Amino acid sequence: MEALYHASPFTGYVYPNETIIPWTVMIVIYPYMTGLVAGAFSVSSLYHVFGMEKFKPVARFALLTALCFMLFVPMTLLLHLGQPQRAFNAMITPHLTSAFAAFGYFAAFYAVLLMLETWFAFREDNVIRARNSTGLVRSFYRAITLWSDDISEKARSYDHKWMLTLAIVGIPSAHGLHGYVGFVFGSLKSREWWGSDMMPVIFLFSAIISGIAVLIVLYTLVCKVRKTPIDHACVRGMGGALWGFLMFTLLLEGLEFANVVYKGKEGIEIIMEYVTGPLFYRYFVFQFAVGAVVPIIILGLMFARDVRGKAFLVGAVISSLLVLMNVFLMRWNVVIGGQEIAKTMRGLVYYHDPGGREGLAAALAVLSGPFILLAILTRVMPPWKEMTEKG
Amino acid sequence: MKRKPKGGDIKSGRRAFLRGFGKALASVSALMIGGAGLLGKKGTSDAAVIKPEIPPIPDYDWTEHDWGYGIDATRCIGCLRCVEACKAENGVAPTAHHFRTWVERYVWLEGEERPLVDSQSDPGNIAASGSQKEYRFDNRYQDKKIDKAFFVPKICNHCRHPSCVQVCPTGATFKTEDGAVLIDHDYCIGCQYCVQACPYGARFFDPADQVTEKCTWCYHRITKGLQPACVEVCPVGARIFGDMNNEASDISKFLRENRVQVLKPETGNAPTCFYIGLDKEVS
Ligand code: SF4
Ligand code: SF4
Repeated sequence: MEALYHASPFTGYVYPNETIIPWTVMIVIYPYMTGLVAGAFSVSSLYHVFGMEKFKPVARFALLTALCFMLFVPMTLLLHLGQPQRAFNAMITPHLTSAFAAFGYFAAFYAVLLMLETWFAFREDNVIRARNSTGLVRSFYRAITLWSDDISEKARSYDHKWMLTLAIVGIPSAHGLHGYVGFVFGSLKSREWWGSDMMPVIFLFSAIISGIAVLIVLYTLVCKVRKTPIDHACVRGMGGALWGFLMFTLLLEGLEFANVVYKGKEGIEIIMEYVTGPLFYRYFVFQFAVGAVVPIIILGLMFARDVRGKAFLVGAVISSLLVLMNVFLMRWNVVIGGQEIAKTMRGLVYYHDPGGREGLAAALAVLSGPFILLAILTRVMPPWKEMTEKG
Repeated sequence: MKRKPKGGDIKSGRRAFLRGFGKALASVSALMIGGAGLLGKKGTSDAAVIKPEIPPIPDYDWTEHDWGYGIDATRCIGCLRCVEACKAENGVAPTAHHFRTWVERYVWLEGEERPLVDSQSDPGNIAASGSQKEYRFDNRYQDKKIDKAFFVPKICNHCRHPSCVQVCPTGATFKTEDGAVLIDHDYCIGCQYCVQACPYGARFFDPADQVTEKCTWCYHRITKGLQPACVEVCPVGARIFGDMNNEASDISKFLRENRVQVLKPETGNAPTCFYIGLDKEVS
């Protein structure tokens, strides 16, 4: 029996069944990854929908990034389920009062939308590749263009029209998908730490900052590896967006916390014990101070002093890495944090890694999946054209 | 979705494909909007009640019953026979972390404002019993001065508006016509959303079967006219069970003769497990 479950240590009084924490690190990276999808998609939409030329160099790359993360999102849930082979039960007989029931539809819809948008975005390139190659390579590219061969002016404007439509539908879908993930937690009345109306909004904004941050890091990395010039205007644009959204996110998170403390409902003692004890470093120090305040200051100073060029790049990348840590900790502190405060409101449970398919190692493997897939996909469908032509 | 367009004309093939996609997109959106509308109705358990045909239990009509459970906390002596009987009757995992029913001990030491609380799964109590399969409360307060102390048995409240049913994405957890909240173990996907949603900590994940578990009021017994194992075994009659449709039943009498309370009424879950002898510190 011993190997089958992983009880967590606790202090105070917790319900006997609470000594096993139900949602593990897999459910931490689930919103982390959907957040990156929504955020990356937003950046791509800034160009595709709002025509902000600044973001053109990363627009298609952002699309591929979003797609790669989206394809790995279901993995987190499947690894978490006790009976993954029954996962489709939720789609065959969705129980519509459940905030989880429509997830399958929602995610599938959005994944298809992303695939279509990517298909249109890369169709012209792929047709040209098919024409310029022979044999198996040609057949492969013919296949991924779905045997379309028309890249006349008319056909391309048709592509653009579809991309615009898809991107316009995509914006509310991406944000809906992620706000909805916030609702999964925020709609529960059983946990004071989760049951908040602000949860979906906080999830959404932290998603946007994580998406921008991951693109700043990846874009810089790609340019360095490929030894191509960096479009500083683009990084500056993303840095600005990151700065703005980050401030807003911090404000929302601060308000949320202030609300819990100020209202001081039943059980506030245990919440205070928690945030000043086990949560102190990962919440106040790393999530708020290092992960949010520091990048806000770095970015703010750089804009105030009109720092440009390489110095800005370094500052932006450091800020982005800190933001990525911030958002990861935010997910952790919500998902794991919520479960560490016992429903009895008289005790604390301490999460410990269960190992195996739901453990930290498995989570890191799933988290690295999108990056590996992205490396492969960018070989198959390089999004570099507009990165180099502007540089 | 991705398929090869038929016919020689590639362009018109692509068009057709796109038109088809447009329709698919429209219908999926419609579906989502519909879904969202229903989601908006959260909190109404009626939408969650599954209306199946008569269950395949011979001589049992679940529309005729409305089961209810009573707990007289003033009687409980903390002997924990109920916990052991439940585990034996229902094959509950023999550990200190999986319980369909449990008992809490509340103790106010002399002069203390707030109680010390523990249950049979407290490490000290497990050490006293010497096994994760047998349960007893240890004597930790033997030499202490105590102002007030009592035990509170707990089970799934078989809520009228169960949040576990509300959040279950598959419908594996459902409310029966006779008031019990049950889980279809062959349909549960093991997501544990219900474990999170239950405010009372009544649910747990079964490590062997990899599905969620909780008290069923011994549904296999009550539908044959027997009492739940915990009720049957309680030596002091602290646990009362019966049909609230039947005026002569123990539970109807219990409800008529006492001023009862439920746990965490603020959740709106409307438990059908009724207590007497609670305290403000019990939640
Ligand atoms: S006590 Fe918990 S598990 Fe039982 S019916 Fe109510 S919400 Fe569901
Ligand atoms: S664990 Fe099973 S019963 Fe609970 S919500 Fe998931 S599918 Fe429903």
